Amino acid sequence: MTTAIRNYCVFLGRCGRIAFVGDWRYYSWMGLLTVFCLLGLNAYCRQFAHGLVVTGMSDQVSWGVYIANFTFLVGVAAAAVMMVIPVYIYDNEELHDLVIFGELLAVAAIFMCLAFVTVDLGRPDRFWHLIPGIGQLNFPASMLSWDVIVLNGYLLLNVHICGYLLYSRYQGKKPAKWFYIPFVFIAIIWAVSIHTVTAFLYVGLGGRPFWNQAIIGPRFLASAFTAGPALIILALQVIRHVTKYHITDKALLTLRSIVQVAMIINVFLLLCEVFTEFYAGGLHITSSKYLYLGLHGYHKLVPWIWTAITFNLTAMVLLVLPVSRSLKWLNLTCVLCITGIWIEKGMGLVIPGFIPTPLGQIVEYFPTLNETLVCFGIWAFGLLCYTIFLRMAVPILQGDLSKANEREALAGTVAH
Amino acid sequence: MSDQRISGESNPPPEPEGMSRRSFLRNSAVFASGLAAVAAGLSPLLDIENFPSLQEFMQKYYKEMTPEEMKKVLERIEREVERQYGIRPHVRDLKPLDGVEYVYCLNLTRCIGCRKCVHACVAENNQSRNPEIQYIRVLQMQNGSFDMEKAVHDYNPEKVPEKGHFYMPVQCQQCKNPPCVKVCPVHATWQEPDGITVIDYNWCIGCRYCEAACPYWARRFNFTQPEIPADRLNPEMDYLSNRPRSKGVMEKCHFCLQRTRAGRYPACLEVCPTGTRKFGNVLDPNSEVSYILKNKRVFIQLKEELGTSPRFFYYFDV
Repeated sequence: MTTAIRNYCVFLGRCGRIAFVGDWRYYSWMGLLTVFCLLGLNAYCRQFAHGLVVTGMSDQVSWGVYIANFTFLVGVAAAAVMMVIPVYIYDNEELHDLVIFGELLAVAAIFMCLAFVTVDLGRPDRFWHLIPGIGQLNFPASMLSWDVIVLNGYLLLNVHICGYLLYSRYQGKKPAKWFYIPFVFIAIIWAVSIHTVTAFLYVGLGGRPFWNQAIIGPRFLASAFTAGPALIILALQVIRHVTKYHITDKALLTLRSIVQVAMIINVFLLLCEVFTEFYAGGLHITSSKYLYLGLHGYHKLVPWIWTAITFNLTAMVLLVLPVSRSLKWLNLTCVLCITGIWIEKGMGLVIPGFIPTPLGQIVEYFPTLNETLVCFGIWAFGLLCYTIFLRMAVPILQGDLSKANEREALAGTVAH
Repeated sequence: MSDQRISGESNPPPEPEGMSRRSFLRNSAVFASGLAAVAAGLSPLLDIENFPSLQEFMQKYYKEMTPEEMKKVLERIEREVERQYGIRPHVRDLKPLDGVEYVYCLNLTRCIGCRKCVHACVAENNQSRNPEIQYIRVLQMQNGSFDMEKAVHDYNPEKVPEKGHFYMPVQCQQCKNPPCVKVCPVHATWQEPDGITVIDYNWCIGCRYCEAACPYWARRFNFTQPEIPADRLNPEMDYLSNRPRSKGVMEKCHFCLQRTRAGRYPACLEVCPTGTRKFGNVLDPNSEVSYILKNKRVFIQLKEELGTSPRFFYYFDV
């Protein structure tokens, strides 16, 4: 038992050490991310001291870009399932060795989600009121309490699966199926649940007709399964370029088909929504009018949503055409997908729900510099985590970091 | 360093003696500048005033406190208010009265839109003057339409009422089926037996989900530390109602429970010059509100179709 713990500590120690080692590109990338993390930390401390008044939010628009990013990133986390399903249900060979990169991305995305929710709280010092047992978690009535449970559960599942598989590979052992396969299948359902629950946060509010529509849930999933795998494609391209890890073109093209189908469904659902809103008309469509066309001279969101629609449509056309089989075009398409859906799920979904207010007042919203810096900080933190995860995972998967060379490695350290 | 060699990346050849000292100096320099950067990042925390005391941080949930614990908390709040404003307040924890369910009735034929209720409410309930927080929003509506999107919020003529308009004050509707209570992740807001939805300001985490859920835009958030001039402070306070709030929590109309649970009328009713506002116990068949609900032919619950079932009724004299 003690040797097992000792071995595990050695493993963790070696993983921790390798995170600080790399070539000049690695150092500059990590340095840049650290700078942004610190800028974000500084901005958050300012917010902590003075209150949410340093953001662009108001009583009229009481959620802003924090919750927008949170919503988008829950989708990214859920999208790992789009690699897990082909591998574990359809036995896809190409993606088999890559699925862990998707799961690690999910872990980093959940970190960012939790950070975005925390910075949105007025009293983060009271977060313990959410902990069952010592606090008063309003389960099952509040959808936010569901979100707390499913997000943390999803984090644990993915940490367990990735951690176990990597440690098995490190030890050169074959992983015991019973110790991770059941969790993989639970995680598949769980991934769908995290994004559905997040959609229900909005859908469940009867006083906000813009959100109170059944189609929001399916749209969330479709957009998540577009943006998530697109992000994974870009991550794999980077891994391919900066490490010797072998990633086939075919694997990337499999992911391309997933993004392709998801984007077509996403655009179709958008069409369904827009038709229902505008053809029937009525009073409940004012938020949509504000979003797409502007209302009574207020139109801050109009350029955003049309940018998103242009990006999404262009991406869809590119995905359908054979041109996106060329990896350069595929990269561009992925960037378009990610940006388009970030706008659509963020500025395009969260903000217009508040405009006009339930009493008909129009107050517009735009993030402040401080708020933006906090967002950049959290994104940098997430990317920092993901880079570290990859820095550890790639050598383990390649066999460069393994128990077999533990002794040489430790001896090497002593020699220095 | 060894891991780097294993992972097959370029590695400068290890230098013999002398290197350790130089690398020690370099590492210390990197470490020191890192620490300085983190410290600079954290520096805005020095601006924090009124850091919550340990007792406040550890304070239990309202419904779980024993009467003795509550007494201590009320005394602590009195001390804190005195320290901040130089006035010793009287903070109580009035319980709902048996056999009472409060209902508000508002006569739209009479309201002239003078906003006296808004300001009486601010004064009574110790609302922040900077930034301004108000529980009542008076809408200037166009005659012939109940469409709130045509309402004017910031009307400011020399004299009210203006021709062609009627006025509709909106505040917390004290719903029987309140969406805000349902969505709160920590039970920080709930409905009392007398029908008033209250907030434990010491339990709210400030997520603003209730503010998104409210169909009447009745909830307000303290985006920063509220400011109240000391000479304007109302020292008659209650735990669940008008004691000063802190930054980062929600607040809203609570039917002036510090007054109504002691047998008085809400401040907005008392100040109204036109008799627009009627308040009372709907369980008492002889109350004025019971009479109105029985005998007035047109009354309206705002957004009735949402099923929130407000305890706030608008009516016309027909």
